[in-house]
Amino acid sequence: MAQTADLFEFLCRMGDNTLVLGHRVSEWCGHAPVLEEDIALANTALDLIGQTQMWLGLAAEVEGQGRSADDLAMLRDAWNFHNVLLVEQPNRDFGVTILRQFLFDAWHVEMLQRLITSSDQRIAEVAAKSVKEATYHLERSSTTVIALGDGTGESHNRMQDALNLLWPYVGELFADDAVDTAMSEEGIAPKSSDLRDAVMARITDVLAEATLQVPDGDFTHKGGKTGFQHTEHLGHMLVAMQNLQRSYPGATW
Amino acid sequence: MYAQMVKSEATQEDPEKLAAFQARIDAGEKIEPKDWMPVGYRKTLIRQIGQHAHSEIVGQLPEGNWITRAPTLERKAILLAKVQDEAGHGLYLYCAAETLGVTRDELTEMLLDGRMKYSSIFNYPTLTWADMGAVGWLVDGAAIMNQVPLQRTSYGPYSRAMIRICKEESFHQRQGFDIMMKMASGTEAQMRMAQNALDRFWYPALMMFGPSDKDSVHSEQSMRWKIKMNTNDELRQKFVDQTVPQAEYLGLTVPDDKLVWNEEKNGYDFSEPDWNEFFDVIQGNGPCNTDRLAARNKAWDDGAWVREGLMAHATKKSAMKVAAE
Repeated sequence: MAQTADLFEFLCRMGDNTLVLGHRVSEWCGHAPVLEEDIALANTALDLIGQTQMWLGLAAEVEGQGRSADDLAMLRDAWNFHNVLLVEQPNRDFGVTILRQFLFDAWHVEMLQRLITSSDQRIAEVAAKSVKEATYHLERSSTTVIALGDGTGESHNRMQDALNLLWPYVGELFADDAVDTAMSEEGIAPKSSDLRDAVMARITDVLAEATLQVPDGDFTHKGGKTGFQHTEHLGHMLVAMQNLQRSYPGATW
Repeated sequence: MYAQMVKSEATQEDPEKLAAFQARIDAGEKIEPKDWMPVGYRKTLIRQIGQHAHSEIVGQLPEGNWITRAPTLERKAILLAKVQDEAGHGLYLYCAAETLGVTRDELTEMLLDGRMKYSSIFNYPTLTWADMGAVGWLVDGAAIMNQVPLQRTSYGPYSRAMIRICKEESFHQRQGFDIMMKMASGTEAQMRMAQNALDRFWYPALMMFGPSDKDSVHSEQSMRWKIKMNTNDELRQKFVDQTVPQAEYLGLTVPDDKLVWNEEKNGYDFSEPDWNEFFDVIQGNGPCNTDRLAARNKAWDDGAWVREGLMAHATKKSAMKVAAE
């Protein structure tokens, strides 16, 4: 059996990614460029929040300290959030939002497909439920990235700017540490680095069709997945997200 | 009620055609997009359905204001789903309006430059989490009063949109009441938020039905055409009669000293809202008019490159398809 601490950490990473990205995407509600996109973004956010409930619910169960998914979401400090830095990046414009979504979706689908055969039945079940949604997200974000990359001169330039901005955050998705090794040894989850080839193949195919240029260099920002050093953006997000639970301890809503 | 003070258009057309049209309506038939209809009927419906659609879209904003601050994951998901439903309602209604010969973009531009209105209620701020309860309970509650009868409206596409919308609205109202129950039976701070939300939303909710229309010529015409099914006063009375016992159940006080049960009319007597405030709000001076319109304009302007990019790609793709054939 994997150490409880490692398993808890792995589950928090999965749940924090979906929580933080779901929150970001939910910020669009009522403000999207066109009604159909407003509905689609809300749908994506809803799926991600639903997945968060499953991952963090399981994390809380594994931890066995009587905490709930809500406790983990609403009462942990920023350094205990172990999402990758990519998902906490601000929405900026629609181009950054949809490109961030696409980069995450490409990784997410691959990860979930592998988790379906996890040696931990509970994880396999969550993955099987989530992968259908993630596959649909990837389909949508891919077609939108292609359409905007190949749309007008302005939409192409904005998508290229978005790609240049976000590219240095992709590498963290494939960075291994001791938790990855422990999960992989137990057959619970693949190592992060094992996903790289398949994910990069998906990404580069879509970017080529979108006529977007993959930036040079392989520099990678890190620090989200371990919680060592988040961007400044996460703290502001948590101030909003956690405000009621922290201001009124013990209240039920 | 998401359409207020919709001016009904006078119609000067062939009296025989008008009489035949009225006979169809009186017989309970549905008017469909390709059927003959008086110019005034068409114009009034565009105005009414358009205003209703705009209300759904602008109505996303006050509740959207709390999505990022929802207190639990479940509340966040429910609120997000609810606001998403409103965007969907906007979509059905714009589609219904389009069957009358106006485009969604034309309607949107009229909203953005102030030629068309949306419901006065959405110009009030949402200040605490209890407001999410009050909006569902009171605002959606008032909307349902108006929309349930509109399921029987004479214009087919409008009626069908209303049937779909009503199914979702009753879920919205229940979730609002559920939030209020939690708050009203919660901590002292939560109870205070609940009472404060009722204090601020009570009169704006009563205003949603619009001023008394007992002398309005426009209302009479719209009622004959079955695009308005009840008078504003009837609906307001029904709303008060339904809501007061719910407030009592919650242990909250309706902010009206004159509120009293009237045995004779089998309903409550209650104070009228301040109609000067109502007219101020619809003339642009509500607490949030500027912010609401600015948010919609910003979304539209910032999104222009996205809409253009998607269109350009779609055009290229269809050109390629044609070339391949």
